[in-house]
Amino acid sequence: MAQASVTETRQSSWWHRNQQQLTPWLFLAPGILFFLFYVIFPIFQSFNLSLYEWDGLGQAEFVGLYNYDELYYDDAFYTSLKNNVIWLLLYLLAIPAGLFIALFLNQTVTGIRLYKSLFFFPFVISQVVVGLVFTWFYDPTFGILNVLLGAVGLPPMNVLGDENWVTVGIIVAGLWPQTAYCMILYLTGLNAVDPEQIEAGRLDGAKGWRMLWYIIVPQLRPATFIAFVVTIIGALRSFDLISVMTNGGPFGASRVLSFYMFEVALSEYGFRMGYGAAIAVVLFLIMLAFIAYFLWSMYKEERAR
Amino acid sequence: MFPTPIERTSRSWQVTYQALLPLALILWLLPLIAVAIFSVKPDADFANANYWGWPSSFEGFTNYALVFTGSDMPQYLLNSFKITIPTVIGAVALSCMTGFALGIYKFKANIWLFFMFVAGNFVPFQILMVPVRDLTLQMGLYNTITGLVLFHIAFQTGFCTLFMRNFIRALPFELIEAARVEGIAEWKIFWYVVLPLMKPAIAALSVLIFTFIWNDYFWAVVLTQGVESQPVTAGITSFNAQYRAAYHLMSAGSIVAALPPVAMFFLMQRHFIAGLTLGAVK
Repeated sequence: MAQASVTETRQSSWWHRNQQQLTPWLFLAPGILFFLFYVIFPIFQSFNLSLYEWDGLGQAEFVGLYNYDELYYDDAFYTSLKNNVIWLLLYLLAIPAGLFIALFLNQTVTGIRLYKSLFFFPFVISQVVVGLVFTWFYDPTFGILNVLLGAVGLPPMNVLGDENWVTVGIIVAGLWPQTAYCMILYLTGLNAVDPEQIEAGRLDGAKGWRMLWYIIVPQLRPATFIAFVVTIIGALRSFDLISVMTNGGPFGASRVLSFYMFEVALSEYGFRMGYGAAIAVVLFLIMLAFIAYFLWSMYKEERAR
Repeated sequence: MFPTPIERTSRSWQVTYQALLPLALILWLLPLIAVAIFSVKPDADFANANYWGWPSSFEGFTNYALVFTGSDMPQYLLNSFKITIPTVIGAVALSCMTGFALGIYKFKANIWLFFMFVAGNFVPFQILMVPVRDLTLQMGLYNTITGLVLFHIAFQTGFCTLFMRNFIRALPFELIEAARVEGIAEWKIFWYVVLPLMKPAIAALSVLIFTFIWNDYFWAVVLTQGVESQPVTAGITSFNAQYRAAYHLMSAGSIVAALPPVAMFFLMQRHFIAGLTLGAVK
């Protein structure tokens, strides 16, 4: 009896002394385990898998760097890579477009709150639905785009069937929700802009564009940073729209790496898991450059605090 | 305030602005308005090439009724809820804990663990695709709602941890110190001091994750394949295959599929926007 109570006190005091060191690990354990299991380990597994030839069922065969060698001579890979670059560049237009709409809506007239939320609408809708809607918009037989083109005397075009236009056409569909996202970031950012600096600027005679560029935009830095992060990640993740609107076509002209990888590994073109993993590794390395930059920026800010 | 408040500008610009607002909105939402009109049109309008004109008769009830009775749509919707709600609960619960640990305690590995979550949240899905699919197959969870939910929880924990940790960092630390001086156990500090203060963050994350998961298409295609487990984003493509060229039904189906996150957004708008800015823009 006495013995038990002694060990109990000793235990509790041991716990007591180390409580602050141990508690964070106990709280972290489930999250970290889940994350390692489903996110971190699979990244390394993909790297490993890219050195094998595997159909997903039978025995995997080690082929060294053969998959990467094949990638080097694969035209479809270069088409996808080129389209990824186009996506990255054009998708960034969402940032100035979002800022422009945010400036337009940053007023206090009646009903403006409702306007703001309705402008934000496209972002809440699934990309599958957005893709469907824009497919109809571009439809060569009844699409409203050709109605409009006809109205100004231009010949009709089949955007999604034209190898030169298809990627741009899909990006425009993607820009619609992405612009809405950037708009909301800037609207929140504009709320935090220091009114005194604006007044000071006005007294110094700053107006319009100069005011925007020299006084407002610098204060919107945090919003711009997040807009960059989400837009770049979004551009490199583009998959849903391509899958719904063209399925990579015509003749693979609208593929991007993320879609091509899926096609190689999990579609009727065959179950080439190893080759797919090699494509994924390339995409991962591109993304890694951006991720490293984001983390570095966060780290600097963290240190400055 | 920038730009100059409208009350302080010339009368003519005020009038122009008031007229411009609804016009710009209609233009911006034109694709959605078109779908909404499509969804109440009769079949005959499309046969007669009356695509963009006014509906010749109002068939809203018939079209929507058909979506619910003549297709697998109700099952897909149910699946979506069964996938989305557990994911929201799981990811938010896990990240309350990880966020608390990373936000309150100082230890060496802290920043690196935090960066692991942040970096993991940004990786392309494709680098995870084959191993996660294989893992799910081996656990016998391929084509099940559980398999999809488990992966979603794990992946969303990255983003949620980023959000929660930043939120907790902004709380007044004196509260925790005061509680420690009182000799309150650490887990009690979490439960009674920090958690009640996290309510707005929990609300923001919940609506945001709800929307993300509801709209997920990629993982739905990779980890599930049938009516019994696929969510509505994947279901809508087979729905469209079933009603090929029946634009009124495809529109009605799309609207039904898009509605829950839209409703969520309008009900919890303030929280939603706080969530989108990652808590970084106040």
